[in-house]
Amino acid sequence: MNWIAVASIYRFEMARFFRTLMQSFLSPVLSTSLYFVVFGTAIGSRIQEVEGVSYGAFIVPGLIMLAVITQSISNAAFGIYFPKFIGTIYELLSAPVSFLEIVLGYVGAAATKALFIGVVILITATLFVDVQIAHPLAMVAFLVLTCLSFALLGFIIGIWADNFEKLQLVPLLIVTPLVFLGGSFYSISMLPPVWQNIAMFNPVVYLISGFRWAFFDTADVPIGLSLMATGGFTVACLAVIWWIFKTGWRIRN
Amino acid sequence: MTTILSIRDLGKSYAGGFNALKSVTLDVQKGEILALLGPNGAGKTTLISAICGIITPTSGHVTVGGHDIATEFRAARAMIGLVPQEISLEPFETVTNTVRFSRGIFGRPRNDALIEDILRKLSLWDKKDSRMMQLSGGMKRRVLIAKALAHEPRVLFLDEPTAGVDVELRKDMWNIVADLKADGVSIILTTHYIEEAEAIADRIGIINHGELLLVEDKATLMARMGKKRLEVQLGDPITAIPASLARHNLALSTDGMALTYTYDTNAERTGITGLLNDVAAAGLVLSDVQTHQSSLEEIFVGLVSGDTT
Ligand SMILES: Nc1ncnc2c1ncn2[C@@H]1O[C@H](COP(=O)(O)OP(=O)(O)O)[C@@H](O)[C@H]1O
Ligand SMILES: [Mg+2]
Repeated sequence: MNWIAVASIYRFEMARFFRTLMQSFLSPVLSTSLYFVVFGTAIGSRIQEVEGVSYGAFIVPGLIMLAVITQSISNAAFGIYFPKFIGTIYELLSAPVSFLEIVLGYVGAAATKALFIGVVILITATLFVDVQIAHPLAMVAFLVLTCLSFALLGFIIGIWADNFEKLQLVPLLIVTPLVFLGGSFYSISMLPPVWQNIAMFNPVVYLISGFRWAFFDTADVPIGLSLMATGGFTVACLAVIWWIFKTGWRIRN
Repeated sequence: MTTILSIRDLGKSYAGGFNALKSVTLDVQKGEILALLGPNGAGKTTLISAICGIITPTSGHVTVGGHDIATEFRAARAMIGLVPQEISLEPFETVTNTVRFSRGIFGRPRNDALIEDILRKLSLWDKKDSRMMQLSGGMKRRVLIAKALAHEPRVLFLDEPTAGVDVELRKDMWNIVADLKADGVSIILTTHYIEEAEAIADRIGIINHGELLLVEDKATLMARMGKKRLEVQLGDPITAIPASLARHNLALSTDGMALTYTYDTNAERTGITGLLNDVAAAGLVLSDVQTHQSSLEEIFVGLVSGDTT
């Protein structure tokens, strides 16, 4: 393993993040506060409790997931798309690095940024509501795994995209709806039975449910299933990336 | 002589089916400077890209220092430095960080002294904290060279390094190339400037339509293919070449003031003595005599236009 290369890519990508630290920090704080004002106050005053948890606290895991998933994808997609777009990718291709090292560097950095934002949101949330974490270790594990797996997906999107529209397309048309329909702001059990069944095809449901279990010890789907779904998704992304590098698809035509 | 780079039957067809590189075979020795000459679209960049890992070759094998670029890509690529034809740099990054990054991804531990040395040689030291977007085109090209040298490569590819570059940088660049050569680094450069190849290369390769037409020692190439011209300026114009001179291979200028005699420098007899005697016997008055050696450019143009003489 060329660990120096992994560290170099990681550091280089993180430098991009630190250059815009204020912006990276302020925007999740601001949007979380807005969610609490809108959802927590306006809707929360009508919905007292969901599954025994105050509505304000109930949406915290969903809020974090929403931000972390969007951020992981866009960070990783942009991270690898940008060198492709400006041409600096020639250097990575000519360097003695394997696909695994490139992925570790880019995906690691993208996941770290997303993780940072997730933590910022969690801290912001505690200013508005009383948040209890029933299984702290599981919470961290779910958070890290989510950051990583969606950063992998973002990496694939970044390789696939050959213009900026495509870079926005998948997050906008697929991921955002899946996250919103994945029970970020409500329990799946609140849906009509038909929709409950349809929801089971949404991978994000498993993630949010698992994550919420880590907070409140209640879940829409069994925790084991959540873990398996998340793990399976990660493996699927890894397999696609392995294939991309093996064939040179969209990189070494 | 040790072969450092060995290319065997290297071919590349692009996705559309276009065959940009056709079975190129070439060896490059340690410490030699090889210039690849070829018109636009000849396949120079394709050849370099296939060796450096930018594109996947469709056929053939390449070894660098004995390491196969496909099966031992780490060892092979670690030895290679590449200065690409196109300028592409991270706009918001500083010079130092970018060069450090290059060394890092080649798996080499941080070495600030070495990077300082490279930046100083390239007159980039006082720009070390500047961002790429603040640099002029020439400065950016210097940064690309610094990046390529950051991991101390043994084989350096320079893809049209002097296209649109000022005199200052050209001078710096050839100084660096000379230093690298003295250190035993092999340099493969592509260029449009034939004088440049003529001035600095040890060997010259000519490539066209994806084929390597020839690779030859520069001196041998010049001598083998070089023809000399003897131009005889006349004191008084003539309207036709006198019959007594017909046995010589002569051409008369349109103004009738000069005769041009073409001969081969390698021939046993150049025929100059006989010609000059016959010119004198024909009663022509000479005002001047000049010889002219074929330049590489003429050889090159002759080759790529299909006339290999
Ligand atoms: N990515 C590509 N896809 C298809 N054709 C290409 C690609 N890159 C280069 N070519 C074609 O291959 C030929 C050789 O190009 P190139 O190696 O860049 O030439 P040179 O560097 O000698 O100017 C050209 O005809 C060019 O149009
Ligand atoms: Mg080129």
